[in-house]
Order: sequence, then C-alpha cells, then structure tokens
Amino acid sequence: MLIRSRQDWEIHENDVTPEDSYFRRREILAGMAAAGLLPSAAQAQDAPAPVLKTRRTFTTPDEALTSYQDITHYNNFYEFGTDKLDPSRNAGRLVTSPWTLKVTGLVKRPQTYDVDRLLRQLPLEERIYRLRCVEAWSMVIPWVGVSLSHIINHVEPLGSAKYVAFRTLHDPRQMPGQRSDVLDWPYVEGLRMDEARHPLTLLSVGLYGRPLLPQNGAPIRLVVPWKYGFKSIKSIVEMRFVEKQPPTSWNLSAPNEYGFYSNVNPSVDHPRWSQATERRIGEYRKRDTLPFNGYGSAVASLYAGMDLKKQF
Amino acid sequence: MAPPVWLKPVLFVGLLAPMAILGIEWVRLLSGAAVPALTADPVAHTTRELGEWSLRTLLAALAVTPLVRLSGWTPLLTARRMLGLIAFTYVLVHWTFWMTLDLEWSMTQLAKEVVKRRYILFGMTGFLCLLPLAATSTRGWIKRLGARNWQKLHRLVYLAGAAGCIHYAMLVKGNQIAPKIYLAILTLLLAIRYLPPRKRKHATVPKLQAAEPTIH
Repeated sequence: MLIRSRQDWEIHENDVTPEDSYFRRREILAGMAAAGLLPSAAQAQDAPAPVLKTRRTFTTPDEALTSYQDITHYNNFYEFGTDKLDPSRNAGRLVTSPWTLKVTGLVKRPQTYDVDRLLRQLPLEERIYRLRCVEAWSMVIPWVGVSLSHIINHVEPLGSAKYVAFRTLHDPRQMPGQRSDVLDWPYVEGLRMDEARHPLTLLSVGLYGRPLLPQNGAPIRLVVPWKYGFKSIKSIVEMRFVEKQPPTSWNLSAPNEYGFYSNVNPSVDHPRWSQATERRIGEYRKRDTLPFNGYGSAVASLYAGMDLKKQF
Repeated sequence: MAPPVWLKPVLFVGLLAPMAILGIEWVRLLSGAAVPALTADPVAHTTRELGEWSLRTLLAALAVTPLVRLSGWTPLLTARRMLGLIAFTYVLVHWTFWMTLDLEWSMTQLAKEVVKRRYILFGMTGFLCLLPLAATSTRGWIKRLGARNWQKLHRLVYLAGAAGCIHYAMLVKGNQIAPKIYLAILTLLLAIRYLPPRKRKHATVPKLQAAEPTIH
C-alpha cells in the first residue's frame, strides 16, 4: 500500500480548480463582469486563452496573479537590453523552435532534448509562485512546467555530480543585448544538487497556460521561487552536471553583491539597497519581503547549519 | 547681440515637456486607464525618468558657458539661469517623489538611507548643493552677495553635477553604458573650461574677455 504524506506546501485535491472551470475561466469571468461582480479593470487585464493542457498542483495562498500584460512587459533579460521594456520590444528575433536542450556532464545517460517534443511528452503542471527580483519588486506568476527532478532522474547523475550548471543561448544576432558587454556572455547559473532536485524547482515552458514568450525566457527556463529572480535562468541551451560549484553570471559581475545562493533574505541587504521590503507590481506601497520568499517551510532545511549572512 | 525671442520659450517647453508628459500619464493612470508608457512599475519608472532628466537638464545648464566659449554666441548666456532652474525643478520633483513613494516622508528612514547607501549620499549631496543656487538665482541676490562671492557659490553646480552622475553610476546593475556617457559629458564640459584659451589670441579676444564676468 502506498502511503503518501502530503507536504505542507502541496495543494489539496479539493483546492485544485476543476479543469472544466479552468478552461472556461474567460466565460466565467465574462459572466461575472456582465453581472457587475467584477471591476472593469479585471476585464481589461484578462489574459489570452490558455492553450497548454495543465493540472494545477501548487498555489501560493492569498495572492492575486500579476496581469499577463505586466508579466510580459516588465522584464529583466539583459540579452535583449537593460530597460524593462526592451525584452518585449527586442526579443522578436529569437527563434524558439526548433530548440535543443543538451543535458550532459557527470550523468549516466546524457540527452539532447528537442524542446517541442519535451513539451508534448511532459505532464505539465501549473504552479503559482511569487517571483522576487533582486531589485526589490515582485510578481505572482502562474507558471507552466515540470519539476526539474523529472529531467534529473531521466539522465541519472553520477554520485560525483554535486552541482548543476545552466547556460543560456549565446547568439548576438538573435539576442541584440549581447552586443554590449553589460555582462559576460553567455549567461550562466548554477544550483547545488539538492536545490536542483527540490520539488519546488521548476523547469518552466509556459505561463498563464500558454507557451513562454521570448521575453520571459522561451522556450525553456528555470524557476526557483525562493531565490532572487536572476537565478531563474532563461532560454536554456545546456545543463551540465559537475563536481565543483559552477560560476554564475551576476556573481562574476559583482561578487560582493550577488552570491551563489542568492536566497531571498530580508535581513541581508544588497550592498546598495535594502531587501527588507519590495513593491508588488500593480501596487504603490511597499510590503515586507519574506525569508525564502515565503517558501521557508519547504526549503529552509536545505541550508541548515549555514551562515546565510556569509553565504548569501 | 540681442537674444532671439524664441530661444528661451523653446528651451523652456522642450525641457519641461518630459515632466508634463509624466504628469499627464499619472493623471490617466490614477483615473483608471492603462498607461503602458509608465511600465508595470510606474513608481520605479517615474523616479528613474525624473532622475535622468535631472542629469540631462543639469548638463544642459553646464554646457552653456563652454558652448559660448567655443562658438562665441553670447545670447545663449541669457538662458543659463532658466536652464539651471529647470534642472533644479527636476531634482526637486525627483527627490519629492522618492521621499513620498519610497520613504513615505519618514525622516528616520531618510537618515538611515543616507548613512547606509552611498548612492543616496551622493544624490542628497547633489540636491543640497543645488538648493542655495536656486535660492540665490535672482538679480537681487547677485547684488547682495557681490558678483565675486555669488560666482564662487555658484561653482557648486559642478559638485552637484558630479554628485548626480556618480549617484546614477552607483545605482545601475552590471556594466551599463548610460551613466558613463553622462560622466564623460560632464568631464568634457569641465575640461573645456580649463582648456588653454587658444581663441583669445585671435580676433575674438576682446569680445570674449568683455563677456567674461558674466560667464561664470
């Protein structure tokens, strides 16, 4: 008999939106609006219809979703420019299909995935996570994807693999921001193996039930909800399992400001600004930032015994 | 040479237009309209725009004397005070906006920020440098202080410019180009003033020297 104890961050079966209502949510909203139950702004912010078949497995309670418009038009993706609107303006030349994701290094079965096929084969989940940017703003995003552990289990890492190193596409013709040296290209990131295997760590291919747009890291990106946004590397072309802690782009750029771990931590300020509060996109007043971005009950144990002020 | 009648109105409207546009966008946003130009984080966007225009207008004010020196077109000098006051207006609105939306007028928070964050220290230095300049910008104050003292005091504008440029450079993430451009322009404008006065040996000498007392 299989006895499964539910983690406190897992969603209850009866909290899951029935698929039927989920797919009809636009009609339901329209009906509510017609009945005067919704302010007009809620209609204006309605997202385009979902096209991916997903099952909602995780939600962050008491949070309203950031609008689709804002999520797709307020981006830090320096490969397309440093202004928040640059990625939505300049990402049009990124060819996201076909796209191959190479998974290699210290693994038994290295793979080269065709991402289009991966998207059809994977049991896609919808998970609503907070995203906290290191610049002290935040969003609430309904991601679509699977646990990164799906892929990790598939390639079977060797015992010597202690970290996973990620790499973004490097092609200045498709990514015009790479013509400037604002960062060393390509963008690289890394996770410790236990972080990479954690069930909250998501390999995302969509949001709001639709495939990712280029400005959001299409076609495949990482989402690590308890870390600052820059850890969630976009448009990944390679994952490599390695023995030593891999270099990471922002840490290379300013080691005193951006650590390898970069867990959201209100008590460790960025040297140039406070991390104690954040502005939720869509709001004017700031709100308190939560340790581990509010996911401490699920992830704090990964860092037991570590001095998070030193290993920030 | 009498200044052309269009000079000051054109500069006035052109340089204050960005602030007027931001104001209109905020009125529309607060009345419920979607305003994509303000981005998803209107507060951060507006603070940054006001800051950038503070630097641009301050550099424009600082460019007057070097431009007159290089071109000999003295009518430009009549616009200098107005340019300085426009720059001060941007800085004042930038600071007020930040004090309201980010600090909610908490003076203890302001003190903390100044002590803890070097870029805030530079920003506040720039702002405080400009305050006495704006206050003494009238003819009456030139008389009261005496032209020499007034001139000395108003050299603070360079400190304000440098503080503003450093404030911006310290604030951005990664190796960005924009703050470097502002710093380069400021350095260039300062350098032109200290250039050996090549032109003075030629025909324009008497005219430039005659204009000198009002240049600084």
